[in-house]
Amino acid sequence: MDKSNGKPSKRINPFSMHINPAMFERATDEEKQELVIMRRSTSLWKDAMRRFRKNTFAMVALGLLIVLILFAFVGPLFSPYDYDQFNKGEEKQGPNLVHPFGTDDFGRDLLVRNMYGTQISLSVGIIAAALTVIIGSIYGSVSGFIGGRTDNIMMRIIDIIYSLPDLLVVILLSVTLRKPLETLLENTEWLKGISGLGAPFFSMLIVFALLYWGTMGRIVRGEVLRIKEQEYILAATALGAGRAKIIRQHVLPNCVGPVIVTATLQIPAAIFTESFLSFIGLGISAPLASLGSMVTDALGGIYSFPYRIVFPALLISLIILAFNTIGDALRDVLDPRMKK
Amino acid sequence: MLKYILKRIVWSAVTIFILITMTFFLMHLVPGSPFVSDKTTPIEKANMEKKYGLDKPLTTQYTIYLGQLAKGDFGTSLTKKGRTVLSIITGKLPYSAKLGFMAIAFALIIGIPLGCAAAIKHESLLDRIIMLFTTVFISVPGFVLGTLFVVIFGVLLPIAPTTWEDIPANYVLPVLTYAFYPICYITKLMRSSMLETLGQDYIKTAHAKGLSGFAVNFKHALKNSILPVITYLGPLTAFLITGGFAVEKIFSVPGLGRFFIESVQGRDYPVIMGTTIILGSLMIIMNFFVDLIYSFVDPKIKLR
Repeated sequence: MDKSNGKPSKRINPFSMHINPAMFERATDEEKQELVIMRRSTSLWKDAMRRFRKNTFAMVALGLLIVLILFAFVGPLFSPYDYDQFNKGEEKQGPNLVHPFGTDDFGRDLLVRNMYGTQISLSVGIIAAALTVIIGSIYGSVSGFIGGRTDNIMMRIIDIIYSLPDLLVVILLSVTLRKPLETLLENTEWLKGISGLGAPFFSMLIVFALLYWGTMGRIVRGEVLRIKEQEYILAATALGAGRAKIIRQHVLPNCVGPVIVTATLQIPAAIFTESFLSFIGLGISAPLASLGSMVTDALGGIYSFPYRIVFPALLISLIILAFNTIGDALRDVLDPRMKK
Repeated sequence: MLKYILKRIVWSAVTIFILITMTFFLMHLVPGSPFVSDKTTPIEKANMEKKYGLDKPLTTQYTIYLGQLAKGDFGTSLTKKGRTVLSIITGKLPYSAKLGFMAIAFALIIGIPLGCAAAIKHESLLDRIIMLFTTVFISVPGFVLGTLFVVIFGVLLPIAPTTWEDIPANYVLPVLTYAFYPICYITKLMRSSMLETLGQDYIKTAHAKGLSGFAVNFKHALKNSILPVITYLGPLTAFLITGGFAVEKIFSVPGLGRFFIESVQGRDYPVIMGTTIILGSLMIIMNFFVDLIYSFVDPKIKLR
């Protein structure tokens, strides 16, 4: 490599397109150092999290959500009462020191009932969203990946589910499923542990899983259609990766942003439907507590105990508000199209 | 165009047919019978089932029902003796429809101007107040709001009527409850759509050629931003139809929504099916019309 100092060994044709190595110098260590990137590169996630933290509203909503989760899941551990415990002689009390939210007509402590109601609402919302993620992303990625006629038929199926009036179908399904589920829960040994949640809880989850995965399916399909044209998929195929592996390793991780956003916004929708069904008397029912059914109870005694409406109403609204705000903020940070 | 309309009509018909089939089989899979009470003996029950054709195989019942539907016969109620489903529905529907239309009109009248105002005065105090208000109230479910209205206007300041009569005063709170969510939604929709339009070059051109702010905002911007609101009319109808279940319960409106819930609980098959089919078809047909309106309002949209 000493050529730069010595004479060129061959005569160089001045019109040659070949690059003359003599024209180059080795970079010094200092120069090399300058090219090293000092700042650590940020991943999509770090960038998103950083911008999420800047959103004050979203952070407040996140804090609120954490408080609500603690209230619902940790709160009952500190309460001396149980949600279905009748306290004789303490019926129909207003808010006081022993029962901060008051008691109902049977002397049940309303604070602990509100905690359980919140717990049920949050569980329904989160499990339902998880189910839609699972079903929707499998369906969407299969549909988008195979494409062609299969894709067309699979998308038409979603169209049909969409054009059905959803709440009517939800009501029909949850009523239909209740009885078979009750017998199933009573007679199956390994389901004994969760049978306390009651058939309506599970029938609602099944209904959500059956009806509300369409949005997720469409979004995942759209992403998959976009991603599968990318070069790295071609490279993976060329290296001999199978379809399942490509979907699992390359496609799904790359559409995780929109999936998270859709799932977060799916949670308040499910919570709303749960409380709505419980309110009209087709969802969670006594002795279990649901925020929706507590509003119904409050409506029944509205002239004597108007304050009973306050807590469940506030809790439902706060839960939905928190999830909506977080979902909107996530959409802003995770959807690249929204980036300025 | 004609091809598109035909295609959509066929598509809607298929959806309605699927709805009918699904409702029928779901309803008949439910264990439990409308004739179960303490007094009925098994023989009486069997006789009743025979009378209403419930003893035949399910597929036979299905074809019989389809045949009746084709003639416009929705059957008779099992619990309300001797009344046809159609007569019950036509008796109850006017209340629900009146409420629904008033709520849609109210939501549009309030929502569109609010959204426009927020967009025109973007980032001002007014915009912030409107956005805070809509963000908070979009999260309050209708039935919660309705119950709160009853507490505030019925109990704390007893100014609202407490029993149902078909007079205007009784429509105020239900319509308000109904319209609240759509108002918030339409305001948000209108604001974001209007903001997008106001950023367009032709708005600058309009300003540059000396048009008044009013003319620009209303002639150019409003016309071009109203499209999402029209699209929302379809889901809005669906929302109001199903929202009726709760609102009618809270304000004891003798409408179809409340009746539907009662018949689900009473397992009155013909009524449930009749109501589901009529309400469902209403939603599907509304969506069809909204799509048509959409194509007329925006010539850019090519109908496939």
